[in-house]
Amino acid sequence: MRIIVTLVIWMLPQLVLAQAWEDRRVFENESAEQTLRIISSTDTALFAPIIEDFLSKNTGVSVEYLVNGTAKIDQIFRADPDKFDLLISSAMDLQLKTANDGLALRLSDVAHPSWAQWRQSLFAFTSEPAAIVVNKAAFADHQLPRSRQELIEVLRARPDVFRGRVGTYDVRQSGLGYLFATQDARASETFWRLMEVMGALDIRLYCCSGDMIDDLSDGTIAVAYNVLGSYASVRVENEDQIEVILPSDFPTTMMRTALVSNDAPHPKAATEFVQHLIRLQSDHPKGVFLLPSLKTQDSDVDRATIPLEPALMTFLDNLKRRRFIEEWENAVIQK
Amino acid sequence: MSSDLSTSVSLRNRLVLILIGGAAILALLLFFAIRNYATQVAQQGQDNIISASVTSILDAAAIRDGIVEVDFPYASFSMLSTAFDDQIFYAIYQDDIFLSGYERLAIARVAARETDFKTVDYLGSQVRVVTASRTLIGKDKRTQVRVALAQTQDALSGTLTQISRNAAVFGASFFALATLLSFWATSNTIGQLNRLTNSVTRRGPQDLSPFHKPVPSEMLPLVTSLNSLMSRLDHSLKQSEDFIAEAAHRVRTPLATVRSYAEATLQRVDKEENRQAMRSMVRAIDESSRAAGQLLDHAMITFRADHLELQDVDLSALVHDLVERLKPIAEMKDLTLRLHSDTQVPYKGDAILLQNAVRNLLDNALKYSPSEGVIDIQVTAKPNIEIRVYDSGKGFPKDELDTLATRFKRGLNAEGTIGSGLGLTIAMDVAVAHKGMLRLSNKAEGGACASLLL
Ligand SMILES: Nc1ncnc2c1ncn2[C@@H]1O[C@H](COP(=O)(O)OP(=O)(O)OP(=O)(O)O)[C@@H](O)[C@H]1O
Ligand SMILES: [Mg+2]
Repeated sequence: MRIIVTLVIWMLPQLVLAQAWEDRRVFENESAEQTLRIISSTDTALFAPIIEDFLSKNTGVSVEYLVNGTAKIDQIFRADPDKFDLLISSAMDLQLKTANDGLALRLSDVAHPSWAQWRQSLFAFTSEPAAIVVNKAAFADHQLPRSRQELIEVLRARPDVFRGRVGTYDVRQSGLGYLFATQDARASETFWRLMEVMGALDIRLYCCSGDMIDDLSDGTIAVAYNVLGSYASVRVENEDQIEVILPSDFPTTMMRTALVSNDAPHPKAATEFVQHLIRLQSDHPKGVFLLPSLKTQDSDVDRATIPLEPALMTFLDNLKRRRFIEEWENAVIQK
Repeated sequence: MSSDLSTSVSLRNRLVLILIGGAAILALLLFFAIRNYATQVAQQGQDNIISASVTSILDAAAIRDGIVEVDFPYASFSMLSTAFDDQIFYAIYQDDIFLSGYERLAIARVAARETDFKTVDYLGSQVRVVTASRTLIGKDKRTQVRVALAQTQDALSGTLTQISRNAAVFGASFFALATLLSFWATSNTIGQLNRLTNSVTRRGPQDLSPFHKPVPSEMLPLVTSLNSLMSRLDHSLKQSEDFIAEAAHRVRTPLATVRSYAEATLQRVDKEENRQAMRSMVRAIDESSRAAGQLLDHAMITFRADHLELQDVDLSALVHDLVERLKPIAEMKDLTLRLHSDTQVPYKGDAILLQNAVRNLLDNALKYSPSEGVIDIQVTAKPNIEIRVYDSGKGFPKDELDTLATRFKRGLNAEGTIGSGLGLTIAMDVAVAHKGMLRLSNKAEGGACASLLL
């Protein structure tokens, strides 16, 4: 991974932004007249088929796909909104704030249900629950936890097994981690107790989902909390090693969203890409759309989907964030 | 008649215009009133929600370890969700120091317990800003926390558009209804006038009786003055007819006296030039007397024609009587009267008038045909009811055929005969009163032919 990043930087020193991208890939179309710049938090592996499908239908467009963490891409995008066409992220709160701040283009001709879009400028195209992902090896002859409460009990029962082998997002670095943590904290006090228990077990903190899943699959950690289950299943080669558990008490579900920059160099192609995304998520062709489609929010379980509303900006408030991080640090990083 | 009168704006149009115009103004007023009211209510609604949100944020403000914390609940922003996904912006200040939110959002200076509402422009769109403050009391100092919360007005204008649309529909239907109503009211009102007009028009030309049908109270003065006008007219008409009849009568009697004196004098005068003068005098008297008689008849006919009394008449018998009565005069002139008649020609008409008409025709035939001639009288029922009198004289003067039946008109051939020029007029008036006509023609073999077509 590092090598690729270094390579990219080395090969393209003329790149406008000397950003340290997690990944960068250019999908070329021979007859392309324009290059769509997509800045995203989604792994290239998951998005490549979508982009290739798009290119096959829009031969005049090439795509440059730039990947980084949710918090990072938010910063990068805000710094130069005119250098990117599309912003795709799983951090709904950051995305909503970007749209609220008027940085997203309103696409009047994209048809999408009102709960899955905001202000006709932010469009959700996946429903992905946060899961407890465990390495089965650690639970060889033990019951798998089904809820946060059970996870607390499991961790307390065998502290020796789990010490230093539990992981979650470092909410200070990961936008998605922060979103999940705040939503969890909003839903139940159990979250804080879980954090305290995990903190007592020398929790490992990750900036990005990739590293966390890598560690989980090689057994460095046994339990990862608030990981995207769907993501884990795609990333891990040998799926038998891990088990994705959707907490039965309240599965926090995130919707991955896309927005077109207000100052997009290619707004038309970008709009087409959004339409393409929405079409794919509803058709869900195998091998092309690897992410889970949007779930209608009819059933009780799916109500746990974080709604796209301005209230998402609550925890982005400086004071709120400062206080939340403080509390979180108190719980997790125990001196 | 109406074409002679100049018309001002039609009453109907004026009424319709006033009513519709009024309705239009009312509808517009209604529309704007509703919209204005709705705007106020909608704005009030938005203000209330933003205020509630601001209050919940201020409520969360607290001093902890000397630092102001504003741990506002998720609901503060959640309550601001709208169907139109309105944007929200906020700013939190401690005294004059920016703490959190959107730094560029203008924030009003408000005293404690005061709330400020404003509509301003922020990031290119109209936003409603509500600012409120709260004083926090710390250990050693007081500090003021101010919160400004702004929301775009998409939902508001969406609601307003919808209300405006509804108000417009409401106003338009009110207008349509009022228009229908005003048309109905107008035609109803004008209908009363039309009914009166119709009953005036439907009347016979000589019907001057007053109107008795009920009329709307507003039209009572008009109808009353119309009635009084007609009664005066009727009165003066009767008076003038009476006057003519009276005058003719009064002239005729003394004329008869004068004539008998003149006649007597003529017997006694020997000198030829005196006799000549006397003869002229008698002739003039005859002329006057005839004129008076015909005038009297004419007046009578005009009067009776107005109040035609229709009764069953056998024309055959009627003409027969007349012919019988005139036979002596005819014999004096060696004229033969021949009556050709169906046995019975029943007709509904005024016997006196018909008699008068036929008598004048016979009179003319006797007067204008030479001695030893034949006068034929035909009364037929089919194909038309017709009384025809034709003689063997020289006929009507050709050039004057069309004008002979006008009043006091005498033909060129009438010179030397006594007459007033009213005979054919009377005959024609009678024919017209019976909805018939008088036809004058000359036979091919000579001789005048006058026929009453009834
Ligand atoms: N039978 C007829 N033959 C020829 N001319 C006639 C005949 N009847 C009428 N006329 C012409 O028509 C004119 C009008 O006739 P009308 O009866 O109206 O008047 P009048 O006979 O002259 O007067 P009076 O009022 O005494 O009858 C006459 O003056 C005469 O010239
Ligand atoms: Mg005559």
